[in-house]
Amino acid sequence: MRLRWIAVAAACLALAACATTGADTADAERDGRVPYASTYTPRPSAPTLIRGATVLNGAGAELANADVLMRDGRIAAVGQNLEADDGVAVIDGRGKFVTPGIIDVHSHLGVYPSPSISATSDGNEATQPNAAEVWAEHSVWPQDPGFGRAVAGGITTLHILPGSANLFGGRGVTLRPVLGANTVQEMKFPGAPQSLKMACGENPARVYGERNSSPATDMGNVAGYRASFIEAQAYDRRVQAHENGDGEAPDRNLELETLAGVLNGDILLQWHCYRSDEMATAIEVAHEFDFEIAAFHHAVESYKIADLLAEEGICSAMWADWWGFKIEAYDAIRENIPFVHAAGACAIVHSDSEVGIQRLNQEAAKALADGRRAGLTITRAEAWTWLSRNPARALGIEEETGTLEVGRRADVVVWSADPLSTYAVAERVFMDGASVYEPGRGQEHFSDFELGQSYREGAQ
Amino acid sequence: MKFVCALLFAVALATPTAAETILIRDGRVVTNSAAGVIESGDVLITDGRIAALGANIAAPRGARVIDAQGRYVTPGAFAAMSELGLSEISGSGAPNDASVEGGLVAAAVDAAQAFNPNVTAVAVTRLEGVTRAAIAPSGTANMFGGRGALVTLNGAAESVLRPRAFMVLELGETGAERTGSSRASLWPAFEAALRDAREYPGRYRSGQGGAVLNELDAEALAPFARGQGLFLVHVESAADIRRLIRFKRDNPSLRFAIHGGAEAWQVASELAGAGIPVIVDPLSNLPDRFERLSARSDNAALLHRAGVRIAIAPAPGSVDAHQARLALQLAGNAVVNGLSWDAAFAAVTRGPADLFGVGDRLGRLERGYLADVVIWDGDPLDVMSAPTAVLIEGEEQPMVSRQTRLRDRYNPTRAR
Repeated sequence: MRLRWIAVAAACLALAACATTGADTADAERDGRVPYASTYTPRPSAPTLIRGATVLNGAGAELANADVLMRDGRIAAVGQNLEADDGVAVIDGRGKFVTPGIIDVHSHLGVYPSPSISATSDGNEATQPNAAEVWAEHSVWPQDPGFGRAVAGGITTLHILPGSANLFGGRGVTLRPVLGANTVQEMKFPGAPQSLKMACGENPARVYGERNSSPATDMGNVAGYRASFIEAQAYDRRVQAHENGDGEAPDRNLELETLAGVLNGDILLQWHCYRSDEMATAIEVAHEFDFEIAAFHHAVESYKIADLLAEEGICSAMWADWWGFKIEAYDAIRENIPFVHAAGACAIVHSDSEVGIQRLNQEAAKALADGRRAGLTITRAEAWTWLSRNPARALGIEEETGTLEVGRRADVVVWSADPLSTYAVAERVFMDGASVYEPGRGQEHFSDFELGQSYREGAQ
Repeated sequence: MKFVCALLFAVALATPTAAETILIRDGRVVTNSAAGVIESGDVLITDGRIAALGANIAAPRGARVIDAQGRYVTPGAFAAMSELGLSEISGSGAPNDASVEGGLVAAAVDAAQAFNPNVTAVAVTRLEGVTRAAIAPSGTANMFGGRGALVTLNGAAESVLRPRAFMVLELGETGAERTGSSRASLWPAFEAALRDAREYPGRYRSGQGGAVLNELDAEALAPFARGQGLFLVHVESAADIRRLIRFKRDNPSLRFAIHGGAEAWQVASELAGAGIPVIVDPLSNLPDRFERLSARSDNAALLHRAGVRIAIAPAPGSVDAHQARLALQLAGNAVVNGLSWDAAFAAVTRGPADLFGVGDRLGRLERGYLADVVIWDGDPLDVMSAPTAVLIEGEEQPMVSRQTRLRDRYNPTRAR
């Protein structure tokens, strides 16, 4: 009995701290700390008021000549003519734009870091099609120079996923790009649920088909998902029964713990799926086993089934214009994002790239402009929901960040100009109300890897 | 009868109408020449060439007038490096002529022989204001990537502008990887290959054969080895670039341009002195390869300031068959990082034309130049903008691609 209570308490703690599933328990008691939990601490911050800016609030509204007050790491007020008390740092926002920090739901920074060599290629545990037991956070190299470049592009939160070689790629992790962090735990977004990366289509069928093993086809992929979820259901039933005082607990199984987490809704499903027919089949699998899909990633054909995605409440994480690099990306159109948005479905701009993550605002701009040319009426403030609120929703952190609503974490970017353009640059980036990036003020960050290289000394 | 009419109509659509006289009126005309930007300028096109530029040009009889309404009117963009036309789909086991496997030929690879003007990417790219491209396959078995071509993106049956226009050469990490895994073996092999090519056909006819090249590759390399063609050299690190500059000093007749050059900013003045231009990628700012440890965003600006001639295109490794149009976004990002707008725009138009030896007819709006002209709905270097009209040698191009057809089929604002 006592053990069970500890397990429940630990599970609650785990959920609060990093939403790991309830199984990693006994160790928690030993040192009073949940293993793998976030140790992220916001940098110290002073109350700060940004005055007179054009604000895109991330929830779809644009406010002209508006002020944003950050206090104690949170958004304290947004409006006009806010009072600045003593001790409040004031930033002149006239002529500038203010937005929530950008959230990238699909990044491999840290798991495929720079420099890219065989020894640093840690993103795909391509040794078996079900690798649900691995966690991307255990591959993240905090010194990846890409984290610093991402912050300079206005990124304040990013989700690191395993690659797409497997049907079940493993658990993803939501991070803060904390510059100078030496542990991944320091970067973990407090309270953010983990995800499970799954993959449709060509990649798993190619990787395993070439080895003459299953899956070698799309139908093999689907059989693989179903077989694993059948196992996970049985495992989960035994866990539940045991917790209700019925029978022995099953031996811990990392793979099945992850899948059970998806069945229970503790772990959010991020599913790599390009084609509309494959997304529709994935939705059938979700119905068969009664779980939810948070988002389809690389969803280049979402525009073909936008109504279905809206009805199912599934987000689509999309590129603005990548296409043609393989046949499942052949029907990509430039209006995918705006068409999904127009259907009332959840549209997200994602990068999947250490280069693209540095300017996701430009990708949103392209999608916005193409949508307008196709005849849609979309405001730039609505377009910003693709970069912050909607990705926050897909990551289960919508109550914490993604908009400038009062009480949210003060993740804020001050842009030099309209950020839906090529020419805007992030002039200030705030994370939890603390200034983490200001070019020209010594806040450009070079990782340990970059220090002392002959070129870097003396470079700006 | 209906069929014949349709056929005639199709033929009419496909037949060049280069004889058409077109007057583009009231544009913000970016000439890329001494005339600079002409506000409220007109461009007169006859017989596929620029006939006149200036203000208030009278429309000749029968001329079609396009009102640019004060918008940007520019030369067509020139993709300085691409695999465009070499595959419909790059991966998925689909046929891909950009990927050369086996050791049959390397230097003899001939991109022009593989170019297919009908691939859908040609129209997709052209819609974005790109009218010409330099193309080459992405890799062979050795340091020679083969002979690239210059192509025109009008989808015409004969749209190779210049075959065998340059020789792709790997003299950095990639070249080393393919040549004994070390630069220490790459350079002696390269020099031996040049000797083989210079002594072609003699040593091959005599039966002696080449030290490192087969006869086909020696023949293909021969003109380049004798200074009659451009080597487009992929090097990234300052050390590799310095080696190339030294080699050029010892072999002044050879012609080199660099593709990549992530660390070129460190040797900018030497490059300017050696007269070696660089095709640079303004998005290349990560130490993602050991040869790119000092990559930085303002590389283009620093090179330009030092007097190095530049063009802008994706870096080696990012070059592909589908996204050549993004050169304009790359150029916009160079502006963000300190390059002037004029220099950035030139780097995706005039710069590549000059670099590949066709700057006497392309890359500028100047009397006598081929009339590759684009009208834009905004600043062409801003991602929010797109062309409203694209002309290639005076022919207005259809603004339709497979992507726009899909768009129109699924557009929620249209009744299905």
